[in-house]
Amino acid sequence: MIRFLYADSLSTQSRLAGAMFQDRAKQFSERLGWEVSVSADGEERDPYDALNPLYVIWQRPDGLHGGSMRFLPTTGRCMTHEHFQHLSDGAPVQSPFVWECTRFCLSASASPRTAARLMLAGATLMEGQGLTHFLGVFDAPMERIYRQIGASPEVLGSAGQGRSKTSLGLWSYSPRAKARLLKKAQLSEALMHHWYRRAFGAKAAPKSNAA
Amino acid sequence: MLEALEQASDLPQLQALSERLRDYFQVDHLVYHWVSGTGTQYGCGTYSPVWVQLYIERDYLRTDPVVAGCFQRFHPVDWKMLDWSGKAAKAFQAEALAHGVGNQGFSVPIRGPSGQFALFTVSHHCDDATWASKIEAARRELILVGHYFNQKALEFEPDRAPEAARALSPREVDAMTFLAMGYSRAQVANTLSISEHTLRVYIESARFKLGAANTTHAVARALQHGLIIV
Repeated sequence: MIRFLYADSLSTQSRLAGAMFQDRAKQFSERLGWEVSVSADGEERDPYDALNPLYVIWQRPDGLHGGSMRFLPTTGRCMTHEHFQHLSDGAPVQSPFVWECTRFCLSASASPRTAARLMLAGATLMEGQGLTHFLGVFDAPMERIYRQIGASPEVLGSAGQGRSKTSLGLWSYSPRAKARLLKKAQLSEALMHHWYRRAFGAKAAPKSNAA
Repeated sequence: MLEALEQASDLPQLQALSERLRDYFQVDHLVYHWVSGTGTQYGCGTYSPVWVQLYIERDYLRTDPVVAGCFQRFHPVDWKMLDWSGKAAKAFQAEALAHGVGNQGFSVPIRGPSGQFALFTVSHHCDDATWASKIEAARRELILVGHYFNQKALEFEPDRAPEAARALSPREVDAMTFLAMGYSRAQVANTLSISEHTLRVYIESARFKLGAANTTHAVARALQHGLIIV
């Protein structure tokens, strides 16, 4: 199932959280070779995990981590502003209606379906919170995954070449993209809304179409 | 209304505006509440002075489920979603009701730069269905207004360098410049080879940084500050 969890509620989910930080180490340190800091017990964390971000996590039937991503508001401290200014012309996007999405991570066992489920959870979050976009940094391999599931971001800036190319992009979901995601995710919108309500309560989707 | 907010230059003006905004949103109360990590608090709003005094005296900051539920978070919260089950929380709620706070509330947590935190709240006395439709209709505006209040409060901070927040990216400058030249949004998007949907982010981001009430004001402010030249 999809879990929407702030960092301060991870303590009650230590098995899931541990698996998430370990999968992050595997993806970002081992597979992608990023210079991230990995603890002695094999967990990858950065200073933004300490700002009480919101994690959206695909929890596998065995209770462990299938994939996840991390959100912070662009009006406060966030990673793109502090580390990827060169990708946004030196002045970052700031808006109450744009949240930053970072550390999109898939466990080694994840399928394209997992990625689609996470992206669909992102769409539900965006709609439920009345957001217009997510802002995020991604690399070339991730770009391919996003394209496969039909949720490519609009690229604002890139640096580097080939596999090590890093880009900054804005995501939003057209109704068509969402329909594609639903198909790839192989679950119903009603179920996703149910998971969303478990975390945020009340109605899932106040439609926001104001400019 | 938002234009007056844009012009506000001190806390008493924000106080007067909070009263007008309360009437605009047709709610019993509207409150902006700055809470630092060390427990320093200040704000403005329409709660009765007696209630504000009691809140401070009894150190309700430690009890208030709204503060506990919103602190360190960043999604707006309907008070019904919070945990009011504890003994202290129940006593606090009874006291709040007695002082006219209302049985309904909606709070927008706001994260500013360098860990700054504030809450923007509207509260009211009505049934659940009325409240739900009221909030759904005003949600976006409430988030916007809450962030205005916070930007103003940040501007009033003595140590703050105001210009630092105003840096517009070249794309934002482009967007503002073309708008100032009278281009339509579609024309600006075409000229910049981006979608209108993405253009909206640049305009919204520029508007936010300039503390402007709307796009027209953002353009005017950008011109006034010499950020764009037409």
